[in-house]
Amino acid sequence: MTLTQLATSPPATGPDRSVNDPPSPSESFARAQLRRVFRSWPVRMALGALVGLVLIAIFASWLGTSDPTELSPGARLKGVSAAHWLGTDSLGRDVYSRAIFGSRVSLVVGLGAATISIAIGLLIGVISGYSRSADAIIMRFMDGVMAIPGILLAIALVSLVGANLLTVLIAICIPDIPRVVRLARAVVLSVRSEPYVEAATTLGTRFHVMIWRHIVPSTVAPLIVQGTFIFASAILAESVLSFLGAGIPPETPSWGNIMADGRVYFQLQPGLILFPGLLVSMTVLSINLLGDAMRDGLDPRLSGRL
Amino acid sequence: MAKYLFRRVLASVPVLFVVAFIVFALLRLSPGDPAMILAGDGATPAQLDAMRHSMGLDRGIIEQFVIWLSKVLRGDFGVSLITGLPMRDLVLDRLGPSFALCLSTITLAVVVAIPVGVVAAWRQGRALDRIIMSGSVMAFSVPVFIIGYVLILLLSRGLGWFPVQGYRPLSEGIGAFALHLTLPTLTMSAPFIAVISRIVRSSVIEVMGEDYIRTARSKGLSERGVLFKHALGNAAVPIATVVGLSIALLLGGAVVTESVFNIPGLGRLVLEAVLSRDFTAIQTLILLSSVTYVVINLAIDVLYSILDPRIRY
Repeated sequence: MTLTQLATSPPATGPDRSVNDPPSPSESFARAQLRRVFRSWPVRMALGALVGLVLIAIFASWLGTSDPTELSPGARLKGVSAAHWLGTDSLGRDVYSRAIFGSRVSLVVGLGAATISIAIGLLIGVISGYSRSADAIIMRFMDGVMAIPGILLAIALVSLVGANLLTVLIAICIPDIPRVVRLARAVVLSVRSEPYVEAATTLGTRFHVMIWRHIVPSTVAPLIVQGTFIFASAILAESVLSFLGAGIPPETPSWGNIMADGRVYFQLQPGLILFPGLLVSMTVLSINLLGDAMRDGLDPRLSGRL
Repeated sequence: MAKYLFRRVLASVPVLFVVAFIVFALLRLSPGDPAMILAGDGATPAQLDAMRHSMGLDRGIIEQFVIWLSKVLRGDFGVSLITGLPMRDLVLDRLGPSFALCLSTITLAVVVAIPVGVVAAWRQGRALDRIIMSGSVMAFSVPVFIIGYVLILLLSRGLGWFPVQGYRPLSEGIGAFALHLTLPTLTMSAPFIAVISRIVRSSVIEVMGEDYIRTARSKGLSERGVLFKHALGNAAVPIATVVGLSIALLLGGAVVTESVFNIPGLGRLVLEAVLSRDFTAIQTLILLSSVTYVVINLAIDVLYSILDPRIRY
């Protein structure tokens, strides 16, 4: 469990509201809702910021002014100058270039975490929603994972298995998976009793056709919304892990690593922490705004409430 | 009620068991041999074997788990691999600062977030609501340590009101204690305020749409009366949930805040354990915080029946 998960969960009204049924509005209605929501200016600005970020990540090698891993011991902790637009870090690396290349890490971590946790969570959730015998065991296990504070689990995993991009990604995903499982399971349970699914069962539809054609489509809308929030919290988690020294190897240019490096020199060069911090915050804020907008659009029940 | 309580407590046992198993299994994920790590680089093969035997590593994995679990249940968490001190003493030693920080954080968060959320709900859709909600989204989009550093920069370095870092126990005087605790508390509570006020707002809005609110209004009750007598009480269950879960998440937040402000608490202990690869310490701390989570969840469920008499078991 992490704080972001708490913030983005629908309100519980009693002890047994965990199995609430997300509605699946007809597509045209959902599209109209989305169009309405995306017309607001904060959402448009968020979208613009994210498009900009993706472009920066793609064209990083042209935008960077120097090699982000190149050390120059003679130019350590230099301030803002024409040669180093955002100064240099404690090893003389160009902060501007590192920040530009760092956008790649953040996007990969965010997108990777969202994709992996949704894929795994959906698979487990569908199994759990379908099989009564597996359900009890799976859900007890998920309860157990949820009980472990997400950040502690992540730093423990990274430090035990060894830090690289993949382990960081997995460590960030694991605390998110139970939430996806619960969501997917709830959708499966509510859809299972729908007349069209019962009709398909009566007609003798094969299992995998049933899952792909009739069950999974209903999970798409809520999972996209959930995926957006996972995207945002993963970027935040990467920066926190790197900052604590339990993240991606320090030479890799990532926003978290620039801040981790700047930690000791904070009093001397606050920009080393504040500038990448601003980038992380703007990115996460944009994604969260987008997630809110999509939830309002796709789930009209919650519109304007959360 | 007693029957429900018993069943609910019983239901947490499998969760705790799973947590214990995950925490135990975590150590096995490590590519290194725990005995090798403990014995150091210069150990001979014979010494290693002796170490494995004394740690029980030559037994089956299930047997090891059972032995470990039975020790943990008796309050024996083992010995820190790095300092050689019993984990229980280490944890008790670091408990004070973390407890002070967590208590002040959750108090501030609740005291600020509930009125803020209620006001936002009351002005739903208006400018004030928008401002509050934007602030809330921002507060949990910013990494906590950034908030900490900005506060240090403005209030300690700039205005000189507070010490930059460090911790003073209460025994050194309440003034120093409070001064050192202010910035960490403000830092750590920011995301909690954001999250709690969001939930308070949405639950109050939900309640305000109910029929009994319309009834209360139509019988001529003042808007304030409606809010305090009818709305807030009925919104209490989700609010209690989010506050409870926040308490359970405090230790996770303390890891970051304590490292920014150099507070010698449990959060720092987690970090020290991770950086020095002190596996027993990592195990113990994760286990303890997860157990806290399960216990608090249990307490919330029991609290429901008190807050909401409609919930009967």
